[in-house]
Amino acid sequence: MARHDITLTVNGKEQSLTVDSETLLVHALREELDYTGPKVGCQSTMCGACTVQLDGDPVKSCTLFAVQADGREVTTVEGLGDQDNLHPLQESFRAEHGLQCGYCTPGMLMTADGLLEENPDPDREEIREALEGNICRCTGYENIVNAVESAAAKGEGGSDD
Amino acid sequence: MTEFTEGESIGDAMERREDLELITGHGDYLDDLKRPGMLYASFVRSEYAHARIEDIDTEAAEAHEDVVAVFTHEDVEAAGVPGDIPQIYRVPNLTETEHLLFARERVRYQGKPVAVVVAEDRYTAHHAVDLVDVNYERLETVTDPVEAANEDAPTLHEERPDNVAFTWGTGDEEGVEEAFEAADRTFSFEYENQRIVPNALEPRGALAEYDPYDEQLTVHTPSQQPFLHKTMMADVLDHPERKIRVQAPNIGGGFGSKSMVYPDEVATAFCAMQLHQPVKWIETRGEAFQADEHGRGQYVEAEAAVDEDGQMTGLRVRSTADMGGELGSKGCLAPSTTFGLLLSGQYEIPAIRFDSTAVYTNRTPTGVYRGVGRAEAICTLERLVDHIARELDVDPAEYRRNHLVEPDQFPYETGLGSTYDSGDYEKALDKALDMADYEELRERQAELREEDRYLGIGISCFIESGGLAPSSLSEMFGMGLPDAAVKSSYWESSTIRVHGSGEVTAYVGTASPGTGVETTHSQIVADKLGIDVDDVSLYEGTDTDKVPDGTGSVGSRSAPVGGGAIKHSIDKVVQKATEIAAHHLEASPEDVEFEDGEFFVSGAPGRSMSLQAIATESQVATELPEDMEPGLEATSYYDPENFTWAFGTHVVVVEVDGETGEVDLVDYIGVDDCGVQINPQVVEGQIQGGIAQGIGQALFEGAVYDDNGNLLTGAFQDYTVPKTTLMPDLTLDSTETPSPHNPLGVKGVAESGTIGATPAVANAVVDALEPFGVENVEMPMTDKRVWHAIRDAEEGS
Repeated sequence: MARHDITLTVNGKEQSLTVDSETLLVHALREELDYTGPKVGCQSTMCGACTVQLDGDPVKSCTLFAVQADGREVTTVEGLGDQDNLHPLQESFRAEHGLQCGYCTPGMLMTADGLLEENPDPDREEIREALEGNICRCTGYENIVNAVESAAAKGEGGSDD
Repeated sequence: MTEFTEGESIGDAMERREDLELITGHGDYLDDLKRPGMLYASFVRSEYAHARIEDIDTEAAEAHEDVVAVFTHEDVEAAGVPGDIPQIYRVPNLTETEHLLFARERVRYQGKPVAVVVAEDRYTAHHAVDLVDVNYERLETVTDPVEAANEDAPTLHEERPDNVAFTWGTGDEEGVEEAFEAADRTFSFEYENQRIVPNALEPRGALAEYDPYDEQLTVHTPSQQPFLHKTMMADVLDHPERKIRVQAPNIGGGFGSKSMVYPDEVATAFCAMQLHQPVKWIETRGEAFQADEHGRGQYVEAEAAVDEDGQMTGLRVRSTADMGGELGSKGCLAPSTTFGLLLSGQYEIPAIRFDSTAVYTNRTPTGVYRGVGRAEAICTLERLVDHIARELDVDPAEYRRNHLVEPDQFPYETGLGSTYDSGDYEKALDKALDMADYEELRERQAELREEDRYLGIGISCFIESGGLAPSSLSEMFGMGLPDAAVKSSYWESSTIRVHGSGEVTAYVGTASPGTGVETTHSQIVADKLGIDVDDVSLYEGTDTDKVPDGTGSVGSRSAPVGGGAIKHSIDKVVQKATEIAAHHLEASPEDVEFEDGEFFVSGAPGRSMSLQAIATESQVATELPEDMEPGLEATSYYDPENFTWAFGTHVVVVEVDGETGEVDLVDYIGVDDCGVQINPQVVEGQIQGGIAQGIGQALFEGAVYDDNGNLLTGAFQDYTVPKTTLMPDLTLDSTETPSPHNPLGVKGVAESGTIGATPAVANAVVDALEPFGVENVEMPMTDKRVWHAIRDAEEGS
């Protein structure tokens, strides 16, 4: 198996690592760099738990090879906000009870953030369409849609007021 | 210590304390855990549904430089451990068949573990699985349980030549006979309550560590019942139970599917014990489809006897349950008690009989899943009721109303061995019909039919037996039988420890799979002790070394049974604190009252002492009443009187396209009653999620096998789970009828949505198709199936 030296800028921090050709981006992030926010749910692009942003666009990191991300910018949920400085979407997911087990949540947040970047004022149907590739088995989605709607109402990247 | 504040007591929709780490990516799920020297396991699973294993050649895999070991059944046998997972629930006429960690000579379902490869890293382990060469001699398969019970079907287990795992029955056989003999009319309804795949988003797995010096086995696994896992592993691996620790990290969804004990999890522990190194195994989604025990899988025939007024006088239900190739650790539950006990639903039906035949087939074992048994029972009853109402040309809402158990009939004994605690069924029905504007809906339905538009209105009135308990029920479940390998029960334990600072640490044996129980349990503690919820630390039974004892989180039991256990410990703590307060306030304990964290003398609120002051006193222990032990702590084991019986009415509106068969979910209205709600937001979230599953079963989900036992729906690409675009917005409300025997008045609710939704949606689709003369569409009622049903009806076939 060929080994490759690659550089990823993860959450603004440049990181060098060596990966096999077949190493998936999600495993490189989780196991080499300890960003365990992105989760592995299906390894087939279908469930969205592994969603991260690659150069600002939401992608499923379980079906991308790490080498494909060489030299690019990756944002994981850890880069969205932290406990002292939550992103409005994180605030909304919490306030609207937009999660239960939380396994799909990092992927949901990264997809939703990508949506609001493109479309700061989506209607409910647009939110549902954007999140179609993110499976949740716990919530029935209603509160997730509510959370994204509420974050949009506050203004993407804005504050509560 | 702060004063009692708003937003944290019972009834408040406080934000979940679990969420902060989960929304920032800092929760620890199983696959986030690492250990130095950790190896990875990957399973060789049977590619055939029924075959004899002629030979397993592990040489090439073992020769791989990064492979550490390969184990098969031979190694388990050589280690001298049983390696056979016993039944937890035992029905009377059960002959236990083997449910081994690895197949011994024969495989009976696709996905059965045959061998495990342990390697230095995850990728090598997965690749090296292909290096294990298994020679199979394929055997004739049978995938349909009705066919499997026929005489000429291939035998799966020699101990049961008829393929019948067990039979089970309850109810009044004679009464039902009489009802049918006296009936004015009888009705029958047959359908398949199809297999569904659990698909918790986090796959199953295990990280096992073994210390050979002190013989300590630690298994990290997302278990909803860690204490059960511990007990079972002790039995299966023949290891002292006291030297096993099971720890569940954050769990990424369970729905019951993570409460069974599976071969692969125990096999991972076996690997660690053999190798004296940490071994991690994480399931792939493909494995999850094949190896996670499926839900439902019942072929049901229901018949009702009706008198001249149209009232149901007798109900007879027969079920043929598909157990799959082996009996899973909880395989006996769905086709027996959980199904049979609920068949009366919300109705007064004088005579009911349930008979079930559980049959082996060459498919994945079935186990417990979201509404186990209860979903099948209520779906059967509610669809039969709709069928009868349609045949009698009576409004289905009115037909239901005429049969409801009245509020003054509680406690209500059903004749099936169950006693309902409390209910006001008509109130919930009325509220749901009002919210749906039912009368107008029916008018609109008639108008639209004139335009060849097909609106369907479906109703289900359901009950949920939440809070699996009491321990006397374990007798019915056969859990304490002398020959039971695993003796377990369904009480719950808790410990409340008030520290000298006045802060509280609470321990309870539940183990919630992400359902917010840490928050709701903390609310109970804060409310009942009158302290700030931020001063409460709550540990669930997710670590068998941290919490003294427990049963776990299954069957909607965390709030009613776990909460009940907490309440009992708090009562003991308050009792002791009252005695200390009385001593200090120079009053009789009978004259000391407790409210909002303060103990005071009746009629003299100025003479008081805070819980914090008493806690400090109990810690310092210099001025305690004579003979009193220091410390302010209590443990209790709560064994409830009975289940709690949540209920509700759901009303669904669909529009079906008569040309394409497409089903559009127009509206979903639900009224639920789970008694006192500890946290209404959490309750609503549970109901919403359950509804999605219920809709999924009605319209999208179903495991499909070919005749050779190949699972055709083995990935998210070909098995449709509800997605955002497939779910409607929901309109939900509640009524509140407290459980009279629960210390908090709460009832379990986690599975209500699932139980209520499936029949409501199915009834709506069939109702929409009435103009075509369609009487049933098999679930899942996909657009294609609906289209065929319309065409078949039109062609009169």
